[in-house]
Amino acid sequence: MESQILTLVTFFPLLGAALLLLVPKERHDSIKSISLIISFITLLLSFWLYAMFEPLANGMQFEVNIPWIASLGISYHLGIDGISLLLIVLTTVLNLLAILASFNSITEGVKGYYISMLLLATGMLGVFCSLDLFMFYVFWEVMLIPMYFIIGLWGGVRRIYAAIKFVLFTMFGSLLMLVAILYILFEYHSFAGEYTFDMIRLAQMPLGHQAQLWLFGAFALAFAIKVPLWPFHTWLPDAHVEAPTAGSVILAGVLLKMGTYGFIRICMPMFPEATVTFVPYISVLSLIAIVYGALVAMVQKDVKSLVAFSSVSHMGFVMLGLFALNLQGMEGAVLQMINHGVSTGALFLIVGMIYERRHTRLIEQFGGLAKVMPVFSVVFLIVTLSSIGLPLTNGFVGEFLILLGTFKANVWYAVIAASGVILSACYMLWMYQRIFYGKVTNKENEGLLDLSIREKIVVLPLLLLVFWIGIYPKPLLDRIEPAVKQVINQMGRSGTVKFDEDFSIEPVLADRAAEHELIVNVESEGK
Amino acid sequence: MAEYLYLIPILPLAGFIINGLLLGRLPKPVVTLVGCGSVALSLALSLTLFFELKALPADARMIEQVLFTWIASGNFHVSMGLLLDPLSAVMILVVSGVGFLIHVYSVGYMHKDPGYGRFFTYLNLFTFSMLTLVLADNFLLMFVGWEGVGLCSYLLIGFWYHKKSAADAGKKAFIVNRIGDFGFLLGMFLIFWQVGSLNFVDINAIAPSVFIAGGGLITLTCLLLFVGATGKSAQIPLFVWLPDAMEGPTPVSALIHAATMVTAGVYMIARSNVLYMMSPDALFVVAVIGAMTALFAATIGLAQNDIKRVLAYSTVSQLGYMFLACGVAAFTAGIFHLMTHAFFKALLFLGSGSVIHAMSDEQDMRKMGGLKKYIPVTYWTFLIGTLAIAGIPGLSGFFSKDEILWKSYSSGFGHPVFWVIGFATAGLTAFYMFRLVYLTFHGRERMDDQTKSHLHESPKSMTVPLMVLALLSIVGGWIGMPHILGATNHFEHWLEPVMAQGKGMIDTHALMSAGGNAGLEWGLMIASVGLVLIAIFIARMFYNRKPELATAWQTRLSGLHNLLLNKYYVDEIYGAVIVRPTVYFSLFLWKVVDVVLIDGLINGLAVIYSDLSEFVRRGQSGRVRTYATLFAVGVVVLIAVFMRG
Repeated sequence: MESQILTLVTFFPLLGAALLLLVPKERHDSIKSISLIISFITLLLSFWLYAMFEPLANGMQFEVNIPWIASLGISYHLGIDGISLLLIVLTTVLNLLAILASFNSITEGVKGYYISMLLLATGMLGVFCSLDLFMFYVFWEVMLIPMYFIIGLWGGVRRIYAAIKFVLFTMFGSLLMLVAILYILFEYHSFAGEYTFDMIRLAQMPLGHQAQLWLFGAFALAFAIKVPLWPFHTWLPDAHVEAPTAGSVILAGVLLKMGTYGFIRICMPMFPEATVTFVPYISVLSLIAIVYGALVAMVQKDVKSLVAFSSVSHMGFVMLGLFALNLQGMEGAVLQMINHGVSTGALFLIVGMIYERRHTRLIEQFGGLAKVMPVFSVVFLIVTLSSIGLPLTNGFVGEFLILLGTFKANVWYAVIAASGVILSACYMLWMYQRIFYGKVTNKENEGLLDLSIREKIVVLPLLLLVFWIGIYPKPLLDRIEPAVKQVINQMGRSGTVKFDEDFSIEPVLADRAAEHELIVNVESEGK
Repeated sequence: MAEYLYLIPILPLAGFIINGLLLGRLPKPVVTLVGCGSVALSLALSLTLFFELKALPADARMIEQVLFTWIASGNFHVSMGLLLDPLSAVMILVVSGVGFLIHVYSVGYMHKDPGYGRFFTYLNLFTFSMLTLVLADNFLLMFVGWEGVGLCSYLLIGFWYHKKSAADAGKKAFIVNRIGDFGFLLGMFLIFWQVGSLNFVDINAIAPSVFIAGGGLITLTCLLLFVGATGKSAQIPLFVWLPDAMEGPTPVSALIHAATMVTAGVYMIARSNVLYMMSPDALFVVAVIGAMTALFAATIGLAQNDIKRVLAYSTVSQLGYMFLACGVAAFTAGIFHLMTHAFFKALLFLGSGSVIHAMSDEQDMRKMGGLKKYIPVTYWTFLIGTLAIAGIPGLSGFFSKDEILWKSYSSGFGHPVFWVIGFATAGLTAFYMFRLVYLTFHGRERMDDQTKSHLHESPKSMTVPLMVLALLSIVGGWIGMPHILGATNHFEHWLEPVMAQGKGMIDTHALMSAGGNAGLEWGLMIASVGLVLIAIFIARMFYNRKPELATAWQTRLSGLHNLLLNKYYVDEIYGAVIVRPTVYFSLFLWKVVDVVLIDGLINGLAVIYSDLSEFVRRGQSGRVRTYATLFAVGVVVLIAVFMRG
């Protein structure tokens, strides 16, 4: 069973979806409990995965590689490293909480909704497990369909517009990705005389600089739309505002990470030279995203679109860290992917809670809620602080490592990005003030109930994660580090991209060796 | 006992967790016991460890305790580690000592407030953060405390969040501090990538061989750290948040915005004295900013009518003194003034709280007067604090301020201009403080009858801390007497091990180069005392003997008075130059760039695409004749193409 655990984790939600098909559609309670149990078991399976994972081992773990369509070189190839592991756990956690949070808000088309949620889970888990490009692409596309329905059927007033916009943007990117995949396939055939979709083997194929640039561009566009990197972000606020709570949680918490995951899993190892060439362009777009997202977030009137634009800003940080191309930046970026999932996931969950009470998300409709809903206001404050990266919350560790790595790669990038630290405090605290402080001016807010037990259960795991990652991030960083080193190693394999002894590509400081010696000296002196 | 060092910050954290998780469920006495008790235990432990440290030989006074690795990535490595040395020992005594007195005072001050439990929860969290800040053995953990105290400041300024002004002030404090943190962060990055560590001991050992003394890189590093300090310690240009912070309950103003948190910047610079000693340019900037702030804030203090705002500007001004001291490489004098200031300014704020308590929450001094006979304990203790801050010989403030003035003249980094600014500020300080005392406690009783009937002295829980602080305000300076009085400066000796390495850095600049002779020291001291006495005399004339004189001057100099009353319009300028343009620019980005440009482009593509499909669709008319015509045309074209090719 151990060898099949990835298959089990990935397809368990699909099994649940199949099971739901058999349940009569009026039996809401059964549907809800089945989805809850299924996603809870998936969560436990992912914990088991986490427990069995060897943090220090190099390479992929729990690998399964079974030829599937041999003539085209397609195999059923799954395997994970530390990066995928953490994203899998994040997915199962958020999936469970999103389902739990939907119990009261989804009242129509219940069966279809939970089937979509479970299908979506399988799609996401599949993307993180796939080591075969064909499977990666299939899972990537599979996610799109349930998400389209979740926004388009259970969304808000402009849900159709938002859903179509979401699908068109994503499809546009994935079509280019498909073309690029086919190109690589034929290129590999002329190189090795056979077809393969195996990512690891494909990464070993030498590619000309020009070809790398085009292929990187095609993949990067698909991923950048998903992240979303400025200026491909305009689908995100619409999708978030219209999506139901659970949709927003999954969208922000997991789907956006598909983009950054794609960069680190596919673009970097397969097109290392192109990656280095593209560093300045992507970094500048990331910086624009950081500042632009924060500024636009500041003037939003709807809480959800504020959080959406803040995601643009935060994901800009992740991209910047990845393209710092050194250990600190990339580790911070991967950690920040998790952190953003936790914090923004939590933000959308709690915004959903207030929406269920008041059926509005306009900031001006609120004020003085700290008096009426004290527990809610504390929860909201903690999540707000985690989002602005206060030390001892999760956001700080990721942001700090990203900035530290970026500083080494390019001082000016770090200076501009660090200004995002100021801006995030502006928009988040201003929103917090307008919702929670002041007097209760709106009569409708006077009788609001504080969080119910179910709602407390929904937010508690995320709050614990906020502090755990903030105070003791070591277990996570221990699992991320070997995986990031692996990516950097893969990048160096072609011989055209060099990195130094602490795994940073294109060292900035000329005399690293001398510095290294110095540190060693001090360490020995310290003892 | 040294192995229990970590308990010093952890105890208040435990108090925070207990009171926080059980908020609203614990009876009030238990809340009080947990809130004050945790800090009392911290104080007791701090005292014990202080004496343990003192028992060690001077060069061995350093205890490091590493709890666990916090963040590790590649060669970056930061621990949760604490460092107790003479400098942090002074700081933990000030923080837990003054902190404890203010906790006790709060029991009386906040007893009627519905947010009593919440108040103590925040206060304990603050104490934890502040103790972490001063005990951290590395910059990053210091930054944890740094941001933690900022958060508590935000929460406590906005404690009465139903008032918009309070919520606004809290947010402003946080954001302005973040601007400073921006510099602090970049400074840390520079240090790490140059030195390879953020640990203070490592940095002191390695930095001298990595940085070129007097070079651009070390100056940049020090200036970036100083940006952080200007935010937290309310110096020009980031001082604007502190006066607004007076929206918080008065014990908060005493603890956070006078005695402890706002001095964190001074502590940080003293902690990095080795770095600063390598950069005379950075020191010069620190001294200039400190001197300017000291004078600038003191002038604003002259014209304020809110009792707490006078004290707030006074704090900004006194912090300027401390930076001036650091800037002339007299870090010990800066820390000495930090300590005495903690005593007398906490006393003054708590005293003003007692006044406000008696005055049924009135803070405008124009509505006070003659309070001396109603609240005698408050009056006498307040007077002691005033004498101390004014620099009357014998009291604590005199010794610390005198040392700064002397060093600002005599140090190798000093300059007569620094002394003149410090000297003038001393006069202004004495003036506005006695103006405050005369307006509040003396003269005609200007309050309404209802307020008057409620006038009462505060309860014991409030007056006892006042008395203790008054005592400290007197004797607190005796440990740092100048040599010319024939005494030993114990304080300087105590901090010697921390400052020795920094001093060793600059044997080329003799620290006492500017010919410090005892005669000059006496002369300058007498001059400043004389100025203070004159200032007090003028204040007495204006605000006690002949109030009409004050009004007359006020009208004669109405332009200047308005400028001061409106704090040089700095807030308005920042609003017009920074805040509003940013908001408009953001709206532009959203409404124009996002909606019109980017979405417009994409929707435009979609429209073109659908028009195109419409055009193609028209071809599918279903009429056979059209198809046949098109077919024929197509065949002709193809034949033409093939024949040419």
